[in-house]
Amino acid sequence: MAHTIIFWILAIMSVVCALGVTLHKNPVVSAVFLIGSFFALAGLYVELHAPFLAAIQIIVYVGAIMVLFVFVMMLLNLGRDPDRFSKETKPRFPKYLALFLLVGLLISFIHLTSFSRALPEAFHGFSIENIATLLFSKYLFPFELLSLLLLIAMVGGVILAKKK
Amino acid sequence: MFLDLLITAVKVVVVMSALLTMVPILVWVERRGSAFIQDRLGPNRVGPLGLLQPVADAVKFIFKEDPIPFHAHPWLFPLAPLLSFLPAAITFAAIPFGDTLDFFGKTIVLQIADLNIGILYIVAFGSLGIYGVLIAGWSSNNKYSTLGALRSSAQMISYEIALGISLIGPILMYGTFSLRQIVLEQHHLWGIVTQPFAFLIFLVAAFAECNRLPFDLPEGEAELVAGYHTEYGSMKFAFFFMAEYLHLVTMSALISTLFFGGWQLIPGLTSVAEWCGIAIFPTSLGLSLLQVLSFCLKTAFFIWFFVWIRWTFPRFRYDQLMAFGWKILIPLGLLNVLVTSLALYFKWI
Repeated sequence: MAHTIIFWILAIMSVVCALGVTLHKNPVVSAVFLIGSFFALAGLYVELHAPFLAAIQIIVYVGAIMVLFVFVMMLLNLGRDPDRFSKETKPRFPKYLALFLLVGLLISFIHLTSFSRALPEAFHGFSIENIATLLFSKYLFPFELLSLLLLIAMVGGVILAKKK
Repeated sequence: MFLDLLITAVKVVVVMSALLTMVPILVWVERRGSAFIQDRLGPNRVGPLGLLQPVADAVKFIFKEDPIPFHAHPWLFPLAPLLSFLPAAITFAAIPFGDTLDFFGKTIVLQIADLNIGILYIVAFGSLGIYGVLIAGWSSNNKYSTLGALRSSAQMISYEIALGISLIGPILMYGTFSLRQIVLEQHHLWGIVTQPFAFLIFLVAAFAECNRLPFDLPEGEAELVAGYHTEYGSMKFAFFFMAEYLHLVTMSALISTLFFGGWQLIPGLTSVAEWCGIAIFPTSLGLSLLQVLSFCLKTAFFIWFFVWIRWTFPRFRYDQLMAFGWKILIPLGLLNVLVTSLALYFKWI
């Protein structure tokens, strides 16, 4: 019972914040909404007995990536963007059709998928030791490849910054 | 079930009120301490030894006019002090302040939440304080505030990396993320002995994370008026103030937990416990009180250390600060991780 209530609070919070991200005209306020949405998602991870994922979600997305986003937005001094929300320049019908198709597809996919307990079984309950063991044994190669990808992105960033 | 809930509620209320009571005491310690270091008297008029000065300050904060500047963002501006204060207040929840206590047949763990990801929880919530600073600086719509916020975010991001890397050494040593387990592991030997470099890096990074001198670049009153909180007054300013001191208390508690044995008795108190005959009852009330006392003494020492450093060293220049963080602290931290791993692999420790 308590879990259901907590789930609905977090779900509503995450959806409302996500709507705020897309609908608000000020980019910094959108970023604040996105942070709220990430928090709701981290709360859902905790409810799924995956506290490690929740902590990583907050450290990586809220603590690092969004800080950089807000940082860049403050430097670029983005103003309001009235053109993005201009009305009646394009016909409405294709927009609504695309929207309904997308929502319909998503809902039907969610209904068709039989959500097995695949993830908890793969991770044996998400404990840090199990995740680490899996990362450094079964998934070692993709894990190392990912670190290489990050390294390449970092070198690319340095080169872009140095090139004047 | 109901009793457990009640015990948790009592723990939260007691710890949070103790933390919030620490803030006015710390303000007094800081002002009198700075006066002591600079050979002045400091505030000594209100109450005995000036002890009631923080009360007078609080009354002044509450009754001041509380305007929102017309050019500031209407709801992000009042939100920023809360964003600064809340993470600072809830980070403490994962820190153990004592072992278990048997109280009328009920076993109570002296810690608000024994998380098995304790360190990650603290790193995660400790890194959120930056939003209060960033959003305060941006929403004030003032160039000094924005500059202060930009400096602060660059500084905090850089030193967070050093802080995180310095924690890897102790985590490798103790083999756990749970702060309770870490304290239990330090029964015979405090962490400072096995991880001195991690301690030094953590200490320096903690100063930068708390925005304390010599790393208080975000404020830098000679250049930036008051940095990110230039436009704030009355209780909104008080919230930033409280957040800074709460960060300070949490960091001090964390340093004593990770490197100085947390609630493990300090040497003098061990003999007191043996003399009273309570050393052999690990969950008795007397021993628990002694543990809480040692935890408080260790934390108080580091709080005093923070104040002491603040009034001893001048401020760094901005480029010195960044170069120090990236070129000295982070490589040293990585080296510490390498040496610790090698030592553990070859079973030297």
